[in-house]
Amino acid sequence: MARPMTMAEKILAAHAHLDEVVPGQLIECDLDLVLANDITAPIAIDVVDRIGAGVFDRDRICLVPDHYSPAKDIKSAEQDKVMRDFARKERITHFWEQGCAGIEHALLPEQGVVVPGDLIIGADSHTCTYGGIGAFATGVGSTDAGVGMASGRAWFKVPPTIRVEVTGQLADGATAKDIILHLIGKIGVDGALYRAIEFGGPVIESLSVEGRLTIANMAIEAGGKAGLFEVDDVARAWLEGRCQREPREFHPDPDATYEQVITIDGADVEPCVSWPHLPSNTHTVADSRHITVDQAVIGSCTNGRIEDMRAAADVLRGRTIHPDVRCIVIPATQKVWLDCVHEGLMDVFVQANCVVSTPTCGPCLGGYMGILAAGERCVSTTNRNFVGRMGHPDSEVYLASPAVAAASAVAGHIALPSDLS
Amino acid sequence: MNFHGTVHKYGRDIDTDVIIAARYLNTSDPAELAAHCMEDARDGFVDRVKPGDIMVAGENFGCGSSREHAPVAIKASGVSCVIAASFARIFYRNAINMGLPILECPGAAAAINAGDVVSVDTSTGTITDETTGQTFQAAPFPPFIQEIIDAGGLVERTARVMAAKGE
Ligand code: SF4
Repeated sequence: MARPMTMAEKILAAHAHLDEVVPGQLIECDLDLVLANDITAPIAIDVVDRIGAGVFDRDRICLVPDHYSPAKDIKSAEQDKVMRDFARKERITHFWEQGCAGIEHALLPEQGVVVPGDLIIGADSHTCTYGGIGAFATGVGSTDAGVGMASGRAWFKVPPTIRVEVTGQLADGATAKDIILHLIGKIGVDGALYRAIEFGGPVIESLSVEGRLTIANMAIEAGGKAGLFEVDDVARAWLEGRCQREPREFHPDPDATYEQVITIDGADVEPCVSWPHLPSNTHTVADSRHITVDQAVIGSCTNGRIEDMRAAADVLRGRTIHPDVRCIVIPATQKVWLDCVHEGLMDVFVQANCVVSTPTCGPCLGGYMGILAAGERCVSTTNRNFVGRMGHPDSEVYLASPAVAAASAVAGHIALPSDLS
Repeated sequence: MNFHGTVHKYGRDIDTDVIIAARYLNTSDPAELAAHCMEDARDGFVDRVKPGDIMVAGENFGCGSSREHAPVAIKASGVSCVIAASFARIFYRNAINMGLPILECPGAAAAINAGDVVSVDTSTGTITDETTGQTFQAAPFPPFIQEIIDAGGLVERTARVMAAKGE
């Protein structure tokens, strides 16, 4: 009998072809998928070329142009081209051209390319998003990704697991985004450094898959290597008809060893905002109403899925953005964009005077499509508020949920939907 | 490997946007990245840094994005080695994989001052602050990591392993 294991340990052990693993152990694993984007792929492709044996499996590599795509300038066009030429040469199955693509971490689960039980590395720190559907997925650099593309393997140090239990019921108006901002505020941006975080408890079980993806997405903002959610009936219903490969469910053993168990009472999770310049600088919306904003961004791999668009539209319906605010809405994928059209959300956004962008990372990383000038403030549904993240080093980003970002865009200051008349 | 240089000191949670801001990620040219290294820290790093200098920082150095451009920018700026109380996970991997020597040593990170002259022996993990005369001991790398370093980086190790297997 193998020792009792956490979810992370079970997935890693299975991919290392071992009966058991222990935290701290260095292992080499087979990978199910390797991912890169328009910023990180060119360096990874260079690594594949240096190794000189092509890719290990053309069906197991994902290349997504999303950060600066459609190309914002000549240099980004050149980077896109490196990726596109490589995809054609190696006949990569999962390369999405602009017009079919979207932000990688919203796109891959939506398309069923990522399935439960997968072990995935991606040359992008938010690769951890796929833990929302029970995969062990972690961000790496381009060299690791290039080596993964060539060999189908990667080295890992088995992380200790922190279990986060969210009990009771969330406070009024609180969402999945508020849970993760609250947690990071509690444990800090290195509170889960080198750790896997396993989420559970009644509040987590009641969340939609979109909400789980939002939380797993920001595990990295707590320093985490991965954020994991068990597959349950909610997830199975969402995954039905979607998975392109056979999913595998891994559940933690009841007597698994956790380095730490953090219990959060849902009632303590209020709608909140992370002030500059760290995601851990969490304050309640109630304490943030004095903060005026120049811009609101609703989108990204954290909150650019259809549920997020609906939450924003529910606030914006029949209202208009404050005259001193620009509100930029970015559906994360072409499918989300089209769903917004079909559900009438585009009418709501445009009538409220929002800018609606094609799917792209754009302003989230200060790329383009909404860069801030010195002294400007933005409330954003993205995941990082570091100095200069969205533009000038003297600009500021406040992280919030879609409902709070939309309400703030209307009010002209950080606000709750219930503050609006 | 032995290094000897002047210290540039930073605090905790130095993130990858500070090391190299996303507005410069439309290139992967090391010299161009180095020209903007630590720009948003706004301490004139690029103008002060000399080849061989050593960077010393607090906890969680390199947190944030997975951009390998961060260790590339630091290396290309002339910095020989980074000492920190702790490193963010992806930055740690990236630095090892691409050959930027890094040492985890909370004691040294706390005690060494900006402008001190420091020498480092990576094979023993010994760090000496020549200005104050203090010495510190960093944990040596686990054997598996040392194997990657000895091979000259992860790419070289993989090429060798794959060639040996005839893949
Ligand atoms: S939306 Fe932002 S955080 Fe997500 S992948 Fe794009 S740049 Fe990174």
